[in-house]
Amino acid sequence: MEIPEEVPLPPEVPTLVLANTEDVLKLGERLDGVRLIILDFPKFTDGRAYTQARLLRERLGYTGELRASGAVLIDQLPFLLRCGFDSFASAQKGFGEALAKARTLFSVVYQPTGDGRATANDLRLGRRNAVAA
Amino acid sequence: MPDTHFYRYDDYDRALVGERVEQFRDQVRRRIAGELTEEQFKPLRLTNGLYLQLHAYMLRIAIPYGTLSSRQLRKLAEIARRYDRGYGHFTTRQNLQLHWIRLEDAPDALAMLAEVDMHAMQTSGNVVRNVTADHFAGAAADEIEDPRIWCEIVRQWSTLHPEFSFLPRKFKIAITGSPNDRAAVRVHDVGLRLWKNPQGEVGFEVIVGGGLGRTPMIGKTLREFLPRDELLAYLEATLRVYNRYGRRDNLFKARIKILVHEIGAEKMREEVEAEYAATRHGALKLASETIEAITRQFAPPPLRPRRTRVPEVEALKLENRAFALWLKSNVAPHRVPGHAIVTASLKPAGAPPGDASAAQMEGMADIAEAWSQGELRVSHEQNLVFPHVAIESLPAVWRALERLGFAEANIGKITDIIACPGLDYCGLANARSIPVAQSISTHFASLTRQHDIGDLKIKISGCINACGHHHVGHIGILGVDKNGVELYQISIGGDVDFGRTALGTILGPAVEADRVVEAVDALVATYLGARAEGERFVDTCRRIGAQPFKESVYGNS
Repeated sequence: MEIPEEVPLPPEVPTLVLANTEDVLKLGERLDGVRLIILDFPKFTDGRAYTQARLLRERLGYTGELRASGAVLIDQLPFLLRCGFDSFASAQKGFGEALAKARTLFSVVYQPTGDGRATANDLRLGRRNAVAA
Repeated sequence: MPDTHFYRYDDYDRALVGERVEQFRDQVRRRIAGELTEEQFKPLRLTNGLYLQLHAYMLRIAIPYGTLSSRQLRKLAEIARRYDRGYGHFTTRQNLQLHWIRLEDAPDALAMLAEVDMHAMQTSGNVVRNVTADHFAGAAADEIEDPRIWCEIVRQWSTLHPEFSFLPRKFKIAITGSPNDRAAVRVHDVGLRLWKNPQGEVGFEVIVGGGLGRTPMIGKTLREFLPRDELLAYLEATLRVYNRYGRRDNLFKARIKILVHEIGAEKMREEVEAEYAATRHGALKLASETIEAITRQFAPPPLRPRRTRVPEVEALKLENRAFALWLKSNVAPHRVPGHAIVTASLKPAGAPPGDASAAQMEGMADIAEAWSQGELRVSHEQNLVFPHVAIESLPAVWRALERLGFAEANIGKITDIIACPGLDYCGLANARSIPVAQSISTHFASLTRQHDIGDLKIKISGCINACGHHHVGHIGILGVDKNGVELYQISIGGDVDFGRTALGTILGPAVEADRVVEAVDALVATYLGARAEGERFVDTCRRIGAQPFKESVYGNS
């Protein structure tokens, strides 16, 4: 069942696979040189990895690939993208197509996250220097 | 059509709500086509307000901070008529429930809602729910600041929050701007109380970890004073701690109150403060222009002071006892002299609490347009409020309400009962709530008797999830199932008033449905025999303890 759609990365990419119970703020040196972090969704209703992703991107400044794996479904995509995920291991039919559309599903966002999108409040205040969607 | 005096959507809000409707339309299509399993579809429909109940789907529509324009209420009536059976049920969380919706109609119903800048997002599911407020907000004489400004800021921030859309459990926020808390802030996941500190600055007391349900708890104050512009930073920190550490192994232990209880308020504060310290100066800090722009939208209607003693009102009071009683119980002081806040009772004797037909909703919209600046409020006690009525218009409003059947002079009295939908509708319930409420309100129908008994809040839940808030009822009634028989556990002494918040004491074994009225009668008789001058039922409970009440129901055993 669990067949990732994308081509597997070459084995030499330094990778960190984390359980969603892991405190990412305590990774320390384990993050050094890492270019791929795989975060797990044991169930799609378990949302801990969204917080892990934002902390990695926004608090720790991680810029490598951030992959969602496990129970990853089409309808989570708008949330996953905003939290900083940029690759996905999903077995769901139509996932690739959905990914192409997910970025434009909502033209407006309310929350500032690390994805750089201008929020409704930014736009209202005329702060259009932030990257619009 | 008068202008509204509360937040109006702009193009951004409208675009988001419209796109959400289209997303859900596609999700429904995929569900019907079998591309989504029910398990996958469930959280999607829940976060669009759609429950699957005993007989049909139920649509729970958000009425943010309980504020409605007459135009919005007319639209709710139209939706109830077109997609439901012509009536709706106002709930304890400032929502309207339609209990007979068809799945395939739900996207169209949501699109109709969007026409009047409303939605059903996040009225269910493990997300930040519809944010509730004092139903007298913006009109109350005792208000420090309108809490709805902050509810709207929280509404936007919490809507489709990417990090917090799969929380361990639901998350309820309530905000009050008055010292007399009418929003029950101590029994919410997060309660916010606006107050003025000794330096004259207004900020929030942040209360975390309260709640009812099967493990009722009074919330703990994590912060005495939070600057207003840091509200979202503090909320995001709180939610983040909860999302990381809240329990997910047991549905019944997943609310934030359990986390606060298990790690302790001190540790919780430490965690939240650490997270807040890391983000407080970031993008979540509210710009003063943003606060000002939203505050302007809540500018009060331009009411001019008017006569406070109106001869026609005084005359009617003398000649009509029902009107005189109504003035006492259903009319509250307004901040502008010569005006009043009127509560229409959705609890006529013998009727299901909180229900209104489409025609009644339209009638209420007419009243709002004629006499209340086109505005209404929904209270957590399941009544509708006209926030801005001139005192000289009170007789006309009262007569119009009489015609609708909503002029019962019973606000705060024994028949102003809160009840969840119970086993008549709800898949979780163990017992029926509405028939019990109906039999109590029929038994105590005499207004003279009700006013003699005075303020007494009865709250009824059909199961331990406590949607009827029975824990904080002066008299609480909880439906339980014992081997297939519906029984009712009775408690007394609960209270939601700020500074006096208390959970009720269970009096004894659960009784059969037909003994509930008898038991309530005995409790009332005990109170009437024991009360001191000016004491309410709950005050007497507090003074003399539960024992005499217990004996009145169960005898001296």
